[in-house]
Amino acid sequence: MAKISRKHRSTGRRSPLATVALLAIGLLTTGGAYALATTTATAESQAAAANEQLIEEGKKLFAANCASCHGLNLEGSKEGPALVGVGALAVDFQVGTGRMPMAFQGPQAARKAPQFTQDQIDAMAAYVASSGPGPALPDERFLEATGDAAKGAELFRINCAMCHNVAGAGGALTEGKWAPQLKGLDARYIYGAMVTGPQAMPVFNDLNISPEEKRDIITYLDYVSENPSVGGFDLGSLGPVSEGLFIWIFGLGGLVAITVWLTARSN
Amino acid sequence: MSTATTDTVTKPGPGMRFTSAAANYIDERTSASGFVRELGRKIFPDHWSFMLGEVALYSFVAILLSGTFLTFFFDPSMTATHYQGSYVPLKGVEMSVAYASTLDISFDIRGGLLMRQVHHWAALLFVASIGLHMLRVFFTGAFRKPREINWVIGFVLFILAMAEGFTGYSLPDDLLSGNGLRIIDGMVKGMPVIGVWISYLLFGGEFPGHDIVPRLYVLHIMLLPAILIALIGVHMLLLIVNKHTQFAAPGRTNQNVVGSPILPVFAAKAGGFFFIVFGAIVLIASVFTINPIWNYGPYDPSPVSAGTQPDWYIGFADGALRLVPPHWEFVFLGYTWSMNILIPILVIMVFLVLVTFYPFIEAWITGDKREHHMAERPRNAPTRTAIGAAGVTFYGVMWAGASSDLMATHFMLTIEGVIVALQISLILGPIAAYIITKRVCLALQKKDREIALHGFETGRIVRLPGGEYIEVHEPLNEYDRWRLVAHETYRPLMIRPNERGRITVGQRVRAGLSRWFFEDRIEPVTRSELERAHHHE
Repeated sequence: MAKISRKHRSTGRRSPLATVALLAIGLLTTGGAYALATTTATAESQAAAANEQLIEEGKKLFAANCASCHGLNLEGSKEGPALVGVGALAVDFQVGTGRMPMAFQGPQAARKAPQFTQDQIDAMAAYVASSGPGPALPDERFLEATGDAAKGAELFRINCAMCHNVAGAGGALTEGKWAPQLKGLDARYIYGAMVTGPQAMPVFNDLNISPEEKRDIITYLDYVSENPSVGGFDLGSLGPVSEGLFIWIFGLGGLVAITVWLTARSN
Repeated sequence: MSTATTDTVTKPGPGMRFTSAAANYIDERTSASGFVRELGRKIFPDHWSFMLGEVALYSFVAILLSGTFLTFFFDPSMTATHYQGSYVPLKGVEMSVAYASTLDISFDIRGGLLMRQVHHWAALLFVASIGLHMLRVFFTGAFRKPREINWVIGFVLFILAMAEGFTGYSLPDDLLSGNGLRIIDGMVKGMPVIGVWISYLLFGGEFPGHDIVPRLYVLHIMLLPAILIALIGVHMLLLIVNKHTQFAAPGRTNQNVVGSPILPVFAAKAGGFFFIVFGAIVLIASVFTINPIWNYGPYDPSPVSAGTQPDWYIGFADGALRLVPPHWEFVFLGYTWSMNILIPILVIMVFLVLVTFYPFIEAWITGDKREHHMAERPRNAPTRTAIGAAGVTFYGVMWAGASSDLMATHFMLTIEGVIVALQISLILGPIAAYIITKRVCLALQKKDREIALHGFETGRIVRLPGGEYIEVHEPLNEYDRWRLVAHETYRPLMIRPNERGRITVGQRVRAGLSRWFFEDRIEPVTRSELERAHHHE
């Protein structure tokens, strides 16, 4: 505004109103800054108190639901790993996708309906994060599918496809473990999985794949989920096996039914 | 000749006059009438299983038509380019011209994707229908004299169809097909001493090189189709010369063929069936995606996708490789001997050779030199049917091996467990299938014999005046009985010394095999047995 006024009335600098305007600006700036400083200060202390409360709540939830395997002080046990320093993001991924708490001990925790509300998950995440530094929730801008899908697809083929399949249809791992399918997932969980490396998955930290590149991968997966196969039904994107089964059962099966019909004699 | 008779009998309309004049014109210059009459009189018996070969033929026509369309737009070059078409996740990506032109066919050429899908689905159907057709011929004994050569030609066609499929699958130069080629490269390199030389020759240097796609293209659109079409011609010619087999029924003998003549009945039926097959292929192609190469990305030797499989007909070979136990590799004389590759190749070769020469093997064992024009019911040749079932099981287990990872993920199993279970099934499965099938066949024959002699059980219990209860059996009519008694069986060959009074090893082997084939048998009902049964009633 001031910039514009200077441009348009550069000769009005000596106007008597200029002094008044200057005074008003000065007062407003200092006053505003002071007000802002005091409110942030109170907000900070308030936030700290709220955080303290959140951690406390998270600790209770953790003790009630997770501690039997992970230990009352996150130290872990024979049943589950220590969680000191795994970070809020790991908790958000594991509990948010329903993998934790596990229904039973098995080769791998399966995805299921989440057992907690997002508030409760945030509380537990805050509690675990308070135990030591670890990956926190990513900046929102890395979760938007606005990156370069072509680059994401290439990164996906090189880094992810050997377990998750090029179309994100999933695949088998050793000893009963598996790489899950990746269609229709929330971007925060894709990001969280890459950073925290849950279960059999390796960690792809920011030096391996930068946050921007992670966003590209999210963009690609979003493209695959959002755009249905152009060729018609995709038969599960499983490749030649489902195609072969289809042609034998429905293609050849249907034609054999027709041959039987063609050669049938009316009674 | 025929036109002359129609002239005198009926007053022909103008259309008819034109047709006969045209036919006469052509006949006077080509003498085609004799050929047409001969062909038009060829009789086709009616049975659904006799139409499987037709499915193969018609899907081959669909492949030819759609494939011709594809050649107009496909560019088999491995020169690098940057994709600028309309598929967003590949924009600007470096790839070969072959892959880029396949993407263009899929996204930017009108009707291209439909034609690609018609071509690929028809190819899958082509090989599948050949497989089923072969099984029909095998299980009904339709490969026996005089049709042994046609069996071999048909089997060569099957192999050629697989070769066509594999070369075509590799052309788009996408990640999936590149992985498949890499396996072929590995198998070639697994051959001791010559392997690496052959691989370099094949790929024009180190894999993947810049030559393989154009080379496969020449094979795919020129050499293999030319051989395929020529052999299909011979196959059909022999079909006409040998005449068609038929199932036993009243009035059908080894000397005649009962059915509809090609002209006009069969030709009309077959023409209609062609459009049904073509329509089914186009329907499938327009509703279901096949080989979405845009998902796979351009070929790059470093990434390999989970769930990488070949098309179904190469699956058995892929499965054979997957089922080999580990650590079968050793170094000897300064060379690495990859038994984990050589043994599956050897097993597959032996399997294929046995299938090719089965008609000759069986003919040698039975010592039967007669012509056979009656299709046998599978139960009436128990050992052959059991061998077939064992072969199908063996093939099926190898085939299942190719999808071991998908079975693991979809049925919540461990992949190691699936592999071990399949390894065991590969050995025990065929044995179990053999024993069970043979027993089932013999039991069915026993049942047939019982029905032929005593008729059906009616479930009606009658008390005789003396107080005895009997169940009334309803005898078959003569037509139905004929189906049950019209077959014959062989007896094991006796070992006899030859003219020099010696018993050769070959003869012993032959007698042993003959005993294995025909020791357990149910003799068909004889006339005297039938008469006795009637008399009894």
